[in-house]
Amino acid sequence: MADHHHGPTVRIYLAVFAALMFFTVLTVWVAYRDLGPFNDVVALGIACTKATIVILFFMHVKYASRLTWLMAGAGVLFLLILFAFAMADYVSRGWLGIPVSHYLQ
Amino acid sequence: MAIVERDIRTSEDAPRVNYLNNGYGLKSWLLTKDHKRIAVLYIISISIFFALGGLFASLVRFELMTPEGDLMSSDTYNKVFSMHGIIMVFFFLVPSIPATIGNFLVPIMVGAKDLAFPRVNLLSWYVYVVAGILGTIAVVGGGVDTGWTFYTPYSSTYSNSNVILTAMAAFLAGFSSILTGLNFVVTIHTMRAPGMTWFRLPLFVWSHYATSLIMLLGTPVIAITLVLLMLERGFGFGFFDPNLGGDPVLFQHLFWFYSHPAVYIMILPSMGVMSEMVACVARKRVFGYEFVAFSSVAIAILGFLVWGHHMFVSSQSTYAGMVFSVITFLVAVPSAIKTFNWTATLYKGSIVFDTPMFYVYGYLGLFLVGGLTGLFLSSMGLDIHLHDTYFVVAHFHYIMVGGQVMGYLGGMHFWWPKITGKMYPDIWGRVSALLVFLGFNLTFFPQFILGYMGMPRRYHVYPDEFQVLNVASSLGASILALGYLIPGAYLTWSIFKGPKAPDNPWGAKGLEWETTSPPPTFNFDETPLVTEEAYQYGPIEEH
Ligand code: HEM
Ligand SMILES: [Cu+2]
Repeated sequence: MADHHHGPTVRIYLAVFAALMFFTVLTVWVAYRDLGPFNDVVALGIACTKATIVILFFMHVKYASRLTWLMAGAGVLFLLILFAFAMADYVSRGWLGIPVSHYLQ
Repeated sequence: MAIVERDIRTSEDAPRVNYLNNGYGLKSWLLTKDHKRIAVLYIISISIFFALGGLFASLVRFELMTPEGDLMSSDTYNKVFSMHGIIMVFFFLVPSIPATIGNFLVPIMVGAKDLAFPRVNLLSWYVYVVAGILGTIAVVGGGVDTGWTFYTPYSSTYSNSNVILTAMAAFLAGFSSILTGLNFVVTIHTMRAPGMTWFRLPLFVWSHYATSLIMLLGTPVIAITLVLLMLERGFGFGFFDPNLGGDPVLFQHLFWFYSHPAVYIMILPSMGVMSEMVACVARKRVFGYEFVAFSSVAIAILGFLVWGHHMFVSSQSTYAGMVFSVITFLVAVPSAIKTFNWTATLYKGSIVFDTPMFYVYGYLGLFLVGGLTGLFLSSMGLDIHLHDTYFVVAHFHYIMVGGQVMGYLGGMHFWWPKITGKMYPDIWGRVSALLVFLGFNLTFFPQFILGYMGMPRRYHVYPDEFQVLNVASSLGASILALGYLIPGAYLTWSIFKGPKAPDNPWGAKGLEWETTSPPPTFNFDETPLVTEEAYQYGPIEEH
């Protein structure tokens, strides 16, 4: 690991910092617009972009060994599992119709 | 019964400096980077929490001797069972084997001098201690009453107890286990001795590898979930409370995404202990080594796909429930593989009747019951009846106590001579193992029946007809407590008065038995060269 280790330079750090600040301002700015169904998509998109930058540069994954890539990739994969299975619940909740207590009918 | 040739070398001919006498004084312990000393620190600290958790368990069993709520109020009872669960899960079971026996053995078993990051290892203990202190403050300062599951919106909105402090403590305890897991993964990948290929690793190492993967992939999720909970409770962020636009079932998803895999954090290490002890006790190679190794990894991965089985009785969709139910049945397969393989290992083995064997047999029986009743609960229809009853309580105690605690105690007896360099009186070991087994069954078997009859968990007032079984359970609990106290006594005695342990008292295979008892600070005088598979127990020499 140590031998082929060329970590990010100060320039890159500053660029990453600038990008993160930019996206933070962007987050606040879009929070005040109503994009309809795209509200969540845009917010999550920005968040994921920021997370990717942090992981690649601040956490040095871009410069790390293949094993580290594998582990980081596993983390992402398991996050997707969390989303997928939880969404499987939310999407299919209404399929049986909504049970209503007969007192309310 | 064949007589096994015992190694009669004692530590007297061993080098005089070992990890225990290499420096005395508090500082040499509190600033140590030696994984073996850190293991000892962990043993002491988790024992304290085991005792504290046990104290709360006794209070629960006391209260449940009578149908009326006469010993404490409902509010107090809520706190007592919550603190029992939280302490036992986060402060005892999760670190129980990995941070103690695992910490001690993983480097030795792979033939390394220490873990990859000794300072991180020490840090993990300090993080654990800080978490423990926070937890204790929460307990002393009035306690917490949410159950170990912290379900919202009760925990985030309604509870008047120390939720934030306790969540903080659990959060930190999680970080300590992430650090341990990280250390194990890196050590196992990069520090194996020459010749120690993946398929020569003892199964104990495989199971710790799988455990570490869960720690790394799952624990961050519970950490962030607890943060969300604290944000909602402390600052009114709306994640889970419907009044704030949140969804309480989302909390259950996030919680169980970690906590189901976490139940495997609380069982896989003991499976590793079992594999080592079964091989030694039967004096055979573990049957189907590769299958046992891969079943650990399979459990670690499949274990992440089943969490919804805790939510059959919630607003979770029936269709998602069906998927979770099917995968839950699948995840039982690797556990079954292990159980069958251990049994096959014992078959025609030459069984040695020492204390570890008693734990092996006890474990096999109890884990079997625990695992099979898990399948009852995975059946969606049946679970509507059994959910949140004593049946569930019995199920997970059969696994967590009947499995992990048996594994922990068995492992402590098996490696005690290695860790301390002292022998304990074997007869006491056998007697207390029997007490544990009997007391355990008397405590928890009646709870299956109670649950099936409809006694809900987490209530302290119950109908009169449940009393007989509850009294039986409380009686069993006192026998169980005795079974835990006796080893505490004779093991402590052995440290001071016990006879010196030989390097390999059980005639066992594995690198840890090739070094001295107790091992030197850097484990081996020279780096071992591994030339054979694990568990090459040769034919026994008959006398
Ligand atoms: C053979 C594999 C297993 C199966 C099929 C299984 C299945 C289940 C199911 C379906 C439930 C939910 C019951 C309900 O709440 O109504 C449950 C609860 C539970 N299981 Fe298992 N289980 C298995 C193994 C384990 C293991 C290995 C452990 C721990 C080491 C464990 C610990 C627990 C705990 C702690 C709960 C209750 C959590 C709570 O509500 O407080 N289980 N199990
Ligand atoms: Cu589960």
